[in-house]
Amino acid sequence: MLKQIEGSKAVAEAVALCRPEVICAYPISPQTHIVEALGEMVKSERLAPCEYINVESEFAAMSVSIGASAAGARAYTATASQGLLFMTEAVYNAAGLGLPIVMTVANRAIGAPINIWNDHSDSLSQRDSGWMQLFAENNQEAVDLHIQAFRLAEELSMPIMVCMDGYILTHAFERVDIPSQEEVDAYLPSFEPRQVLDPSEPISIGAMVGPEAFMEVKYLAHAKQMQAIERIPQLASEFRSAFGRESGGLVRTYRMEDAETVIVAMGSVIGTIKDVVDEMRDEGHRIGVLTIVSYRPFPLEQVRGALQHCKRFLVLEKSLAVGMGGIVATDVRMAVTGAGLRGYTAIAGLGGRPIFKAQLHQLFSQAEKDELPQVTFLDLDWEAVNRQQERERQTRRSGPVAENILHDKGIVSAKFG
Amino acid sequence: MGFQPIKFYQTGTYTVGNRLLSPDQRSVQAAESRSNSINSGHRACQGCGEALGARYAIDAAMAESHNRLIAVNATGCLEVFSTPYPESSWQVPWIHSVFGNAPAVATGIAAAMKVKGKTDVRVVAQGGDGGTTDIGFGCLSGMFERNDDVLYICYDNQAYMNTGVQRSSATPPAARTATTMPVGPEPGNPFGQGKNLPEIAMAHGIPYVATATVADLRDLEYKVRRAMRMRGARYIHLFVPCPLGWGTASHDTIRIARLAKESGLFPVFEAEHGEVRSVLKIRRKVRVEEYLMPQKRFAHLFGSHPHPEMVIRIQEIADRNIRKYGLLDEEEAA
Repeated sequence: MLKQIEGSKAVAEAVALCRPEVICAYPISPQTHIVEALGEMVKSERLAPCEYINVESEFAAMSVSIGASAAGARAYTATASQGLLFMTEAVYNAAGLGLPIVMTVANRAIGAPINIWNDHSDSLSQRDSGWMQLFAENNQEAVDLHIQAFRLAEELSMPIMVCMDGYILTHAFERVDIPSQEEVDAYLPSFEPRQVLDPSEPISIGAMVGPEAFMEVKYLAHAKQMQAIERIPQLASEFRSAFGRESGGLVRTYRMEDAETVIVAMGSVIGTIKDVVDEMRDEGHRIGVLTIVSYRPFPLEQVRGALQHCKRFLVLEKSLAVGMGGIVATDVRMAVTGAGLRGYTAIAGLGGRPIFKAQLHQLFSQAEKDELPQVTFLDLDWEAVNRQQERERQTRRSGPVAENILHDKGIVSAKFG
Repeated sequence: MGFQPIKFYQTGTYTVGNRLLSPDQRSVQAAESRSNSINSGHRACQGCGEALGARYAIDAAMAESHNRLIAVNATGCLEVFSTPYPESSWQVPWIHSVFGNAPAVATGIAAAMKVKGKTDVRVVAQGGDGGTTDIGFGCLSGMFERNDDVLYICYDNQAYMNTGVQRSSATPPAARTATTMPVGPEPGNPFGQGKNLPEIAMAHGIPYVATATVADLRDLEYKVRRAMRMRGARYIHLFVPCPLGWGTASHDTIRIARLAKESGLFPVFEAEHGEVRSVLKIRRKVRVEEYLMPQKRFAHLFGSHPHPEMVIRIQEIADRNIRKYGLLDEEEAA
């Protein structure tokens, strides 16, 4: 059913259609609207049977989810940013125990300085946690990925983060097709846990494992994600047959025919990139787009396959590996090792810095001419950076960095535009 | 025919042998139907108070729940000695997640049971004092505050024993630990610190809070069974001496636990909805020295460079407990 609906509300609807049995809620922007909407559904008994638990922290949110999932219940929670970091120990534990929890990450920057706006630093910090990570391009895909995520997670007994850009998607009103309960029920079978806490058949879960078996346990987690590389496209194609639209998969390509330059990215910025690429195609540029939907598992072969006929690629990412450069770019470069391609990295949109078409147009043109350095920081105010560095050279007690820069820019409170 | 005298081997312990009781009065441990929830063969130290306490507590919880029990364990001695992969002592469904989240994992299991309509399945969470009073405190308080249907049992041996005897917020004043060494002008753990978790639990107004020691195992069984007959958040704080961490003889675990109670240093009571409802009276009051002296962790208070002023402060703590909880019968207290 078509609805004009906020992204968070649409995701809440999708999650409810997946019949979660335990939902843990802890408020953190920009995820909060999702759990608020689910709370109302449970309270009004529209979503039943379901236990909705207002926990005291994100660490508890993940821990309650672990208990619920180990006891055989379909468990869901949502978080972002600091909240994801606060639950990190339990995040790794859920994956280690092979519990198929689904969690929405409304991607948001990590402080300090504290910042509530969108980038991908939060979920990317958990890339080695053993969770799968699927990135939505728009709210329709966010809805669809949740439905696919429960199916994939439970099939493999591995948890999944469905990542959607904070505010840009969570707070955007868009037209979204919300499927019917019958359609979702037909696609998503009920949860049959691989191991369960049951007094009739007692088992011990989470025993200590020493060097004699730890490597094998970890390898098996890796092997499951390799299995997901096979299953994700199959589930996406099944989804297309059942729901009549393209959503999910490992990667997606756009205007890649005879492309010499390929822009690689994840999440909602793909929309802006496609617009720029359309314009440049109209101007005769041979440029295309590669969207990474599945960040974990990372589809090395599919990325290589998509890029192997181009001359160069530019990874535009909303994340920064401090002291190194790009995070996604590192994986992409690994995928094309030995292919003889020129690769560039653009760090963009950190902490919600808007990414404009004009900037991208210029960036892509420079890439085409191989005029870019290895790593570009899009829209970085070099003057502000230089002034702060100079200040630090001059004075030992040079003051708080963020406040100095805001002062230099004459900004009292953050504003965009 | 001569007269055959009957020997009472347990003279002086107040314990009545089960053989003299009718079957319905016998303890869970003495019952043929006891579940042996934590089987033999685990790797606890000789004389471990926690192993003993956990066995009695979980068997009692099993008896009361008709063997429909799921147990959660925080990281710690109990977790490590009972489940070295691929062995497990647990005869009940058991899960260990991480150090600080046992109460929350238990909440999740209780929620799953409720949503599935399996309300006959009960949930017990357990941890040591570190997992309870320190790292798991936030999750524990959350579980209490929401009145989740979980019995939480803290096995309090007053320090982080699994990692090598470091101080926790349950470590008593003056005690030597690896991080509060008996050196300097005020040796051992400082006075005026630490948490009283049973009282904090009571402040949440939860249905049931009780303390117990491994010296009174009938009392422990009674309290666990009582707790299991209730719904909502329940808390039992169990005093479990640690021969390794305290420097006591393995055969003295019960005696030390009894002295903790008889000195007034560890008040044994039950409370409902934040109100103390009963206390286990001191039967033979002892001075704190009698409790402290057999323990190497307090050796620096005595011997060649004694600290009698610190012993006096510890006695003051015991006396305050006695007044506060009314641990002595009135004629004795007068």
